Amino acid sequence: MENKVIIQLKNISKSYGDEKVLNDINLSIRDKEFITLLGPSGCGKTTTLRVIAGFVEPDGGDVIFDGKKINDIPPHKRQVNTIFQRYALFPHLNVYENVAFGLRLKKKSEEEIKKTVGEMLELVNLKGFGKRNVDSLSGGQQQRVAIARALANDPKVLLLDEPLSALDLKLRKDMQVELKNIQKEMGITFIYVTHDQEEALSMSDTVVVMDNGMIQQIGTPQEIYNEPKNAFVADFIGESNILDGVMKEDFRAEFSGHTFQCLDKGFGISEEVDVVIRPEDIVVTDYEKGMISGVVTSVTFKGVHFEIIVDIDGFKWMIQTTKEQFVGDRIGLDIDPDSIHIMKKSEYSGRYGDYSTFSDEIEHLSDVTEE
Amino acid sequence: MKKNSLLSKLISAPHIVWAAIFIVVPLVMVVYYAFTDRNGDFTVENIKAMGYYTYVNVFLRSLWYGIIVTVICLVIAYPFAYVISNLAPKTQGTMVMLIMLPMWMSLLLRTYSIMALISDTGIINSFLEAVGIGRIKMINTPFAVILGMVYDFLPFMILPVYSAMTKMDVSLIETAYDLGANKRNVFLKVIIPLSRSGIVSGATMVFVPSVSTFFISQRLGGSKTALIGEIIESLFVKNNNPHLGSAISLVLMVLILICMFVMNRFGDEEEGAVMI
Amino acid sequence: MKKKTPLGIAYTALILILLYAPIIVMIIFSFNSSRSTSVMTGFSLKWYRDLLYDSEIIKALYHSLIIAFLSASISTVLGTMACVGIERMTKKSAKSLLMNVTNIPMMNPDIVTGISMLLLFTFSGLILKKSDVLGFWTLLITHITFNLPYVILSILPKLRQMDAYLSEAAYDLGCTPAKAFFKVVLPSIKTGIISGFLMAITLSIDDFVISYFVTGSSWQTLPVKIYSMTKRFDPTVYALSTTVFFAILILLILKNFFQSKSEKRSIRGEKTE
Repeated sequence: MENKVIIQLKNISKSYGDEKVLNDINLSIRDKEFITLLGPSGCGKTTTLRVIAGFVEPDGGDVIFDGKKINDIPPHKRQVNTIFQRYALFPHLNVYENVAFGLRLKKKSEEEIKKTVGEMLELVNLKGFGKRNVDSLSGGQQQRVAIARALANDPKVLLLDEPLSALDLKLRKDMQVELKNIQKEMGITFIYVTHDQEEALSMSDTVVVMDNGMIQQIGTPQEIYNEPKNAFVADFIGESNILDGVMKEDFRAEFSGHTFQCLDKGFGISEEVDVVIRPEDIVVTDYEKGMISGVVTSVTFKGVHFEIIVDIDGFKWMIQTTKEQFVGDRIGLDIDPDSIHIMKKSEYSGRYGDYSTFSDEIEHLSDVTEE
Repeated sequence: MKKNSLLSKLISAPHIVWAAIFIVVPLVMVVYYAFTDRNGDFTVENIKAMGYYTYVNVFLRSLWYGIIVTVICLVIAYPFAYVISNLAPKTQGTMVMLIMLPMWMSLLLRTYSIMALISDTGIINSFLEAVGIGRIKMINTPFAVILGMVYDFLPFMILPVYSAMTKMDVSLIETAYDLGANKRNVFLKVIIPLSRSGIVSGATMVFVPSVSTFFISQRLGGSKTALIGEIIESLFVKNNNPHLGSAISLVLMVLILICMFVMNRFGDEEEGAVMI
Repeated sequence: MKKKTPLGIAYTALILILLYAPIIVMIIFSFNSSRSTSVMTGFSLKWYRDLLYDSEIIKALYHSLIIAFLSASISTVLGTMACVGIERMTKKSAKSLLMNVTNIPMMNPDIVTGISMLLLFTFSGLILKKSDVLGFWTLLITHITFNLPYVILSILPKLRQMDAYLSEAAYDLGCTPAKAFFKVVLPSIKTGIISGFLMAITLSIDDFVISYFVTGSSWQTLPVKIYSMTKRFDPTVYALSTTVFFAILILLILKNFFQSKSEKRSIRGEKTE
């Protein structure tokens, strides 16, 4: 389904003082698409969303909506609505009046308002909650009211700014499914901002990975995961071992002291490249039989598999295997050609992909600071 | 959002203009009058007059009374606030209401009630005479002025100290006990430092009106205990010498600023010490 | 930590007794049949009758109420507008300068505020060649000025507490900035505005020192009138004090009553849902 383009960002840039928050953003968003802006905090994803909503005026570039430039149109006249991170429900109005807010501004008849509000509350499974005070609702329920309120305005595009970040894990998973269903049912465009890569991969039609105010990669979730453009994307999406390598010729890459068959071509002879290998794509064999070999330095049981760290010539690899290994074991490793992904060198080369300082604890800590 | 910033400037404009005309200009007038004479010529005579024995004396007396009253109020109010902050919440509400009630009555009426109580023919002296002790001269003494001020301003000390105490995190006190502090140490090292913000704001609210009052000393103090406020009032209202009055007001303002600065400074240092 | 030492209770009771003793004595003697303030010669409502027929006092009370209502209303409107502007000010230095200037009447001794306003008014009187400037207008201007910092101080925190995204949500749903203010911002800071207004009313009614300097004989407020009455012993002041005391007592009790009632209602409301 190739729908028409509904929103287009052309060369958008924005600075606060000396800090460049958005650097030449170009993005086309299609009608009825579920598109996710994904990146760490401070990458510019929320600013991009606010540019579309009209809360931030870009320093340069154009925002095109349905073929028309809307740079100078104030937020209240744009056909987009926003779900805010902390919901921003009006505390002085009850659930019904919150949902009816936009309709009343449009001077809809009381009958029509009642009908639409009823439909919306039913859509978000809050039938019969109309008279409730918004403060008496749980976080998940407040989120649903915010969704109903935005959808009642019949927007062409719904903007969602980390809408699930304040919910606990279980609720977050449920809401992900529900949001996806609502998007299909309403048949409108969702532009979704998150720093949670799992959320992005499972919900989106298109993922836009951002860092440093720039778009790093645009693609389907599969493309983003299987063919990351650079070390940043490879590291941010899932776990990856990223190694320095040299392209010997098409389909032959050398790294870790071994020359591997691969499926990549089009690089210069002896060009230095980054090599990505996902932990689950590595096959553990006996020490003597492997293409390369190393020593197990840590083993963590993860339920479905073991996560082991293997030292190969001083570089720490992360490998997921179902066979139990023990610290100190010497093991061999095989890598299939289709498990190897070659990337051009970038500014991110050498910054990611080594697991020598890895620990679960640090991972959790960095998750918390991102919130 | 350029339009918004313009709007925000416009919306606060009336207040900014108002503050400029009715807050800044009057203070400039005080300075202007302090440095001019009746003909409008520049002079430092008014400021020089502050060095005269009478005025120095009045200033010192006013500051001294202010300090005494603040200390007495603190000594009375602190245990009082501590006790009520430990009562059941409902009783606390009633107690706060009982403290606020006299505060809401006009200061004039409260001072008047004290005046009637301690006057030469007042109820206390009548009682003393009846039991054979004989009358004691109370009104028109420094004692009367200080009593009146303490009585009038005590609620201003109780309420901020009380509110600082109720905001105190109980778990901090429990932690102190847990770490081996005894009651005395908990009080000195935890409760007092934590209620310091209340003490400082209470002290300010008592000290400033005590130093500058003219009504209380006028009605209770007689002529020997004249305070700055009284002098300013008489210079403006009776003697029609706003130039000298402005000079005294200017000095009063500066003195109070210095006192408040010192007090806040003292508070900050305490905080630093606790942090260490 | 809930300990009730008998010593503490006794101390509290003692302070309260001392706090109320002069007021109680005053209440008792307001019913005295003679002018004596030390001996009860008999029960009488004479002083209350005097109070009621003293047209000067009634007029002063009327003046006080008018000034209080007008100054509180104007300062609340001005203050609310100022808060919205201050909250949106981007320059920190300008913001703190404005706040500091606004707070001057709150920090300065009342007498200094009073005489500085007096100087301004007499000076403008000289320029306008009017000898009798002091009265209703000077009083109103002064009361607005000293009410403003308290109004701003009670509204500004509410504005800060308000979810910053609420206005944006309102724009997003189709409000113009003006509509967003009236439909969303104003209701969210309503409690701050009301408490600021009430505070301004009480401050205005209660003020003596500042009013004393900036009003003439034509527009005496109640405290200024009381001041002139307290120069000598006058049992009508007792009657007046007693009336004021009970009026405030009733107001406070009513306030507590309605507060606890609305609290109960909200608790009950939550339970039924």
